[in-house]
Amino acid sequence: MPNVAITLTPALTRLFPGCPRQLELEATNVRGLLDALDQRWPGMRDRLSDSMPRIRPHVNIFVDGERSVLETRLRPGASVLIITAISGG
Amino acid sequence: MSKTLILLGTRKGVFILESDAARRDWQLRGPYCDCWPMNHVIADPASATIYAGGGNEWFGPAVWKSRDLGQSWTHSSEGLKYAEGEEPIKAVWSLAPSAQGLYTGVQPAGLFLSGDDGQSWRQIEGLRNHPTRPKWQPGGAGLILHSLIPHPRDPQHIWVGISAVGVLHTANGGESWEMRNRGTRADFNPEDQRYPEFGQCVHCLVMAPGTPDRLYQQNHCGMYRSENAGAEWESIETGLPSSFGFPAAAHPRDRDTLYLVPLNGDIAGRYVPEAKAAVWRTRDGGKHWQALREGLPQKDVFFGVLRQAMAADRHDPAGIYFGTNSGEVYASADEGESWRCLAQHLPPIASVETLIVS
Repeated sequence: MPNVAITLTPALTRLFPGCPRQLELEATNVRGLLDALDQRWPGMRDRLSDSMPRIRPHVNIFVDGERSVLETRLRPGASVLIITAISGG
Repeated sequence: MSKTLILLGTRKGVFILESDAARRDWQLRGPYCDCWPMNHVIADPASATIYAGGGNEWFGPAVWKSRDLGQSWTHSSEGLKYAEGEEPIKAVWSLAPSAQGLYTGVQPAGLFLSGDDGQSWRQIEGLRNHPTRPKWQPGGAGLILHSLIPHPRDPQHIWVGISAVGVLHTANGGESWEMRNRGTRADFNPEDQRYPEFGQCVHCLVMAPGTPDRLYQQNHCGMYRSENAGAEWESIETGLPSSFGFPAAAHPRDRDTLYLVPLNGDIAGRYVPEAKAAVWRTRDGGKHWQALREGLPQKDVFFGVLRQAMAADRHDPAGIYFGTNSGEVYASADEGESWRCLAQHLPPIASVETLIVS
């Protein structure tokens, strides 16, 4: 499986002690990437996707600069940015 | 030396007020849980573990847990989900320890049980499978399961309050549920439909101490008492300044003593009547009510108190506490006779609970 480079928002990494902001994982699509993150940090998939299933409405996952969905394929060496959308009050 | 803790669930995390048994000097600490909105924070008195339930707009629902009185926390939502394609769970709204494990109620309304101390959850499917569920309508805060009362001795019996569905009861551990709304009004319905089987807007459901068959209910439309586990309800609102309010807190030992914070009405602004703060107490099961005002502000008060934001401790005399939607905490160490402000400028307070640690 291809390696992809992932950057995580600090709003997420602070919920999972020891999780770095930048890492590389093997995955062929976004769904598989969330599974891989969840294996390393149990519970992380539920923080990023809901039971529909879909990426949570206030979370954005950009793949090579484009907003993605769970089915979005990842090319070898893809850049993945997981960030929070504007939300709250 | 024993500690008395007031556990506060707020719009921006968990706060804890801590004192000794005298309850004179209080220290505030927090916010905890990464400032997540928290709807309910409780403690299991047997283990002194604190649980906080809420939901974050970015990251969804979770139950947070602390085994060191709030100094460190973990979180989990494993299994806290509905089937694919159903509306996802937005937030946790209620928590209750029991002999079966830890129960939690969520939005949209459903009930889950954790048998491993909040690490993973399974749905009590009988509630969501109730034949009336397609007709359930949300209240102003959504379709929330906010009141959750396991029987103190018989694990087969549980009562829940769902807005705006009403009270439901199970006698078989959650496999099947019956509506328990007879006698409670739905004033917002057409005149000939004011007493439906379900659809009432229950705001808060509490059990009298030592008397599981006696329940009290603050409703959107009235204040009620039941002597038969919710099978029938009797209005006890005569003598109150309003039939509208959110919280109710039972005395820890006296089944006839109950505390309320009535608000001025659902279309009148939903703040304390005449802009003067008062807790209302009955000592005879709702036959008579008394306003308790000493130490509470009596001019230009426009706060409200949310449905889970009042509680009693187990000291003798009992301490009574409430938190406002404007971020103040008021406390009485003498069963409501006199009050003082323990904290202000906090985020809006959704829940107040207590814990005494020996």
